[in-house]
Amino acid sequence: MPAPIRLRELIRTIRTARTQAEEREMIQKECAAIRSSFREEDNTYRCRNVAKLLYMHMLGYPAHFGQLECLKLIASQKFTDKRIGYLGAMLLLDERQDVHLLMTNCIKNDLNHSTQYVQGLALCTLGCMGSSEMCRDLAGEVEKLLKTSNSYLRKKVTLCAVHVIRKVPELMEMFLPATKNLLSEKNHGVLHTSVVLLTEMCERSPDMLAHFRKLVPQLVRILKNLIMSGYSPEHDVSGISDPFLQVRILRLLRILGKGDDDSSEAMNDILAQVATNTETSKNVGNAILYETVLTIMDIKSESGLRVLAINILGRFLLNNDKNIRYVALTSLLKTVQTDHNAVQRHRSTIVDCLKDLDVSIKRRAMELSFALVNGNNIRGMMKELLYFLDSCDPEFKADCASGVFLAAEKYAPSKRWHIDTIMRVLTTAGSYVRDDSVPNLIQLITNSVEMHAYTVQRLYKALLDDISQQPLVQVASWCIGEYGDLLVSGQCEEEEPIQVTEDEVLDVLEGLLVSNLSTPVTRGYALTAIMKLSTRFTSVNRIKKVVSIYGSSIDVELQQRAVEYNALFKKYDHMRNGFHLSLLMIINFRFFVVLSSFKMVQVCLSCLCVVPILQANDLLDLLGGNDVVPVIQNTVSTKPASAGGELLDLLGDLSLSGIPPMTAYNKNGLKIDFTFERANPNPNIAVITIHASNSTEADMTDFVFQAAVPKTFQLQLLSPSSNVVPALNQGTVTQVIRVLNPQKQQLRMRIKLTYTHKGSAVQDLAEVNNFPPQSWQ
Amino acid sequence: MRFLLLFSRQGKLRLQKWFTSMSDREKKKIIRDMTTMVLARQARSCNFLQWKDLKIIYKRYASLYFCLAVESQENELLALEIIHRYVELLDKYFGNVCELDIIFNFEKAYFILDEFLMGGEIQETSKQIVNRSIEASDIPRYLKLAFTINNC
Repeated sequence: MPAPIRLRELIRTIRTARTQAEEREMIQKECAAIRSSFREEDNTYRCRNVAKLLYMHMLGYPAHFGQLECLKLIASQKFTDKRIGYLGAMLLLDERQDVHLLMTNCIKNDLNHSTQYVQGLALCTLGCMGSSEMCRDLAGEVEKLLKTSNSYLRKKVTLCAVHVIRKVPELMEMFLPATKNLLSEKNHGVLHTSVVLLTEMCERSPDMLAHFRKLVPQLVRILKNLIMSGYSPEHDVSGISDPFLQVRILRLLRILGKGDDDSSEAMNDILAQVATNTETSKNVGNAILYETVLTIMDIKSESGLRVLAINILGRFLLNNDKNIRYVALTSLLKTVQTDHNAVQRHRSTIVDCLKDLDVSIKRRAMELSFALVNGNNIRGMMKELLYFLDSCDPEFKADCASGVFLAAEKYAPSKRWHIDTIMRVLTTAGSYVRDDSVPNLIQLITNSVEMHAYTVQRLYKALLDDISQQPLVQVASWCIGEYGDLLVSGQCEEEEPIQVTEDEVLDVLEGLLVSNLSTPVTRGYALTAIMKLSTRFTSVNRIKKVVSIYGSSIDVELQQRAVEYNALFKKYDHMRNGFHLSLLMIINFRFFVVLSSFKMVQVCLSCLCVVPILQANDLLDLLGGNDVVPVIQNTVSTKPASAGGELLDLLGDLSLSGIPPMTAYNKNGLKIDFTFERANPNPNIAVITIHASNSTEADMTDFVFQAAVPKTFQLQLLSPSSNVVPALNQGTVTQVIRVLNPQKQQLRMRIKLTYTHKGSAVQDLAEVNNFPPQSWQ
Repeated sequence: MRFLLLFSRQGKLRLQKWFTSMSDREKKKIIRDMTTMVLARQARSCNFLQWKDLKIIYKRYASLYFCLAVESQENELLALEIIHRYVELLDKYFGNVCELDIIFNFEKAYFILDEFLMGGEIQETSKQIVNRSIEASDIPRYLKLAFTINNC
C-alpha cells in the first residue's frame, strides 16, 4: 500500500480542479483511499489522513467517518497526533452525538500530562466544546488545575472554568475558593482571564455580585496602573497599554457599579480620568472610550460625568470614521430614554446622519430620530424625516412610514398637519406602508370631522396624478365613497375648492376598476365607493349600470358585491334612501351588513364573503343625510338570529321570478322546500332559498344542510338563518344557495342533512332531480 | 463571541471557529448568510452589521474577509482590534502572511487561533507570548526532549 499523499499535495491537487464536478471526483477518490487506510488501522499515517479529511470538510464535504479516528489520535502518545486529533474533535464532533463522550477519559489523562502543551490542548478542547456531561465529569480536574502557578496553564484553566460555569451553572460555587487572590496576578494573560471569570460569576449570581463588590478598589488600582504606566512593549497597542484588559476591567466595573452607590462613587474618578486622558486618534483609544461611556451610563454616576459621556458620544458623531459614528448612534439610542434632554442637544448632528451614505448608519440615525421626536420639535423633525422617506432605499421605507405615522399620531400639532403628513407618506411611499395602516387611516379620517372636505379633495387630486400606490388608492376610494357629496359641492374651507362633477368622480372610480394596476382589494374598495355614491349623487343610473356590469365579473369577490348591490337596487330601491348601512365587527372573513330603516324593525343580513383585507373597523355609511338615529345591533353569525330569519323570509316573500317552488326532501317529518329567483342581470346564476320545516313534536337541533352539484356547476352556500328547526312547523330555517350554471345543463343536486332529534344524531343523503326546467334554462 | 469565519472574495471558506454548539445544518446556513451579507457590502461602508440578535464585525485584509459575531453587550470597536491582533499573529508566524499561507497551512492557523482565543474569550493579550507558545510547540526536538525528560 503506497503512502497516502501529503496534505499540501492534496490541497494543491484539489485546487487545480477547474469545475465543481472535477473537484468532487478528486475528493471522492481521496476519501475512498482514506477510508481504506482507516480500515487498515494504519497508525503512521492516521494523522496525515485526518488532516486531509479536515481540509475536505472545510470545503463542505461530509467527513463524519473520521470522528472515531480523531479519538484514536487523541489517545496517541505523539504530540503531533494529539494536536490534529483535538482539532478534528473540535471540528467534526459536537455535543449532540454521544461519540464525543468517549473523549472524556482522554482529556482527563491529558489534563494531568507532564507537558504543558498537551495539557493546553486538552484544556482548549474542553473549554471550547465541552458538553455539560463532560464538564460535570471533569470539573474537579479543572478546579485542581486552577491552583497551578504556571501562567501558561493558569489562563487556559480559568477560561475552561468559565466554560464549565456556562454549561453547568450549578458548579459555579466550586470555583469560588480559587478566586481568592485572583487579582493579585502580574501576568496580563492570567489577569485578563481572571477578570473574565469574575465577570461571568457576577453576571450569573447576585450573591457573587455582592461578594465581589469589595474588589472594586483593586480593579480601579489596576486600571490606573495601566493608564499611568509608561510604554510596555509587551502589551502596547498604538501607545495604549493592553486595551483588551482595560476594556474588560471597565466592563466588570460596570456590572459591579450598577445600582450600587458606593461602588459607583469609588469608580467616578478613574472613569473621568480614562475619559479625558485616552488618546483618540486611533480605533483602539476610541474602543476604550466607548466602553467607558457605556460604563458611565450604566452605573450611578454623578451628572457631570454623564454629561461628559454624552459629549464624548456627540464628538464621536462628528468623527470621520464611520464605525465610530455608527457606535455613537447605537449608544445614543440606548441612552435616549434616560438622558433625553442631553441627547436632544445633538439632534441636528443625528439628523444629518440621515444623509450618510452608509446603510447601517442611516438605519441607526432613523431609529434615533424617531426616538427624539417630541411635541416641540415635531414639525422640524417631520420635515427631515419625510425628506428622508422620499430619498431612502426601499428597505427603509416601510419602517420609516410606520414611524412617521406613529409620531404623527402622538404629536400632531393640528389635524390638518396630520392629514397632510399622511398624504405625503401615501404619495411618496404609498406602496410600502403596512397593510394595517389603511384601516387605521380611515379611522383617523373619520374622526376628524371638520377635515372631511379637505381630505377628500386632496385625496381626489392625488388619485388624478397616480393610481399605482394601492394603499393610497384604497384610502382615497373609501373617502370619495364616503364624502363624495362634499367633493362635488365644492365645500372645502382649508384650501381652494376644486370644481368636480359627479361624472368626473365616477370616471376616476371606474378607471380604478378597469386598471391593471389595481389589486382585487382595491377594486373592491372602488366598487363599494361607487355604490355608496348612489345615495349621494344624482346620476344613479350610471351607477346602476356599472354595478350590474360587475355582476358577471371573473373576480368572485367583485361579482358577489355587485350582485348584492344590485339586489339592493332592485328590491329595496324604495327603502334605499332610508337605509343606514353600517359595517361592523368583521370577524374572520365574515361580516355583517346591518340594515335598519326608520320604518322597520332591525333585521340582519349575514353574508359569507371572502374578505381578506377588511379586518378592521370600517364604517360603510350610506346614510342619505337623514336624521335617523339607528340602533345598531351586533350579532355573531353562529348565534341563531331570529331576526335573520325574518329578513330571509322577506326575501322569500318578495317577488319571485315566477319559477314555481318545489319540495326537495320530505322525510321523517323534515321537509325542505326550494324557492327560486334569478340573479339579474346574470341569467346563469340561480338563487335558491331552502326552507326547512319540522312537523314532529321535537325540535331538530344542530341542523346542517349541505349540497353538492355536478362538475360543470359552481355552488355557493350562504349561512343559514339558524340551526334549530322548531317543532310542529312553528318556524322555518332558511338558507340561500347560489348556483352558477354557465353551460345551462340540467340542474341536479345531492344534499346531506344532519341534525339531532330527540337526543340522537340523524344523518341523511338525498338526490334532488326534480328541478323545474325554468330554474336552469 | 459566537463564531469567527474567514472567507475569500469568492465566498470560499478558509477557516471556521464556532464558540457555541450548533448543528451542521445551522453552521452551513450561517456560513451562507454571512458570506452573502458581507460580500454584498459596499466598499467604504462601516464594518458593523446587525444580524438577528448578534453584532457582526467584518474586515477585509487583502483577499480575505474576517467575520466575527459577538453578542449585543460586547464592544464592536474592540472586536475590530481582536481581528487585527489575529492578523498580526498570523503575519508574525508566516512572515507577510497571504491567503495561500492560510489555505495550505490551515491547521497552523487554527493552532494560532487556539493560543489567542478560547471559548469565545481572549486568552492572552501579549503578542510575544502567543508567538512564543506557537513556536515552541512547533519544534519537535524541543517537544521530544520535553517528553523524555518528563517521562524519566
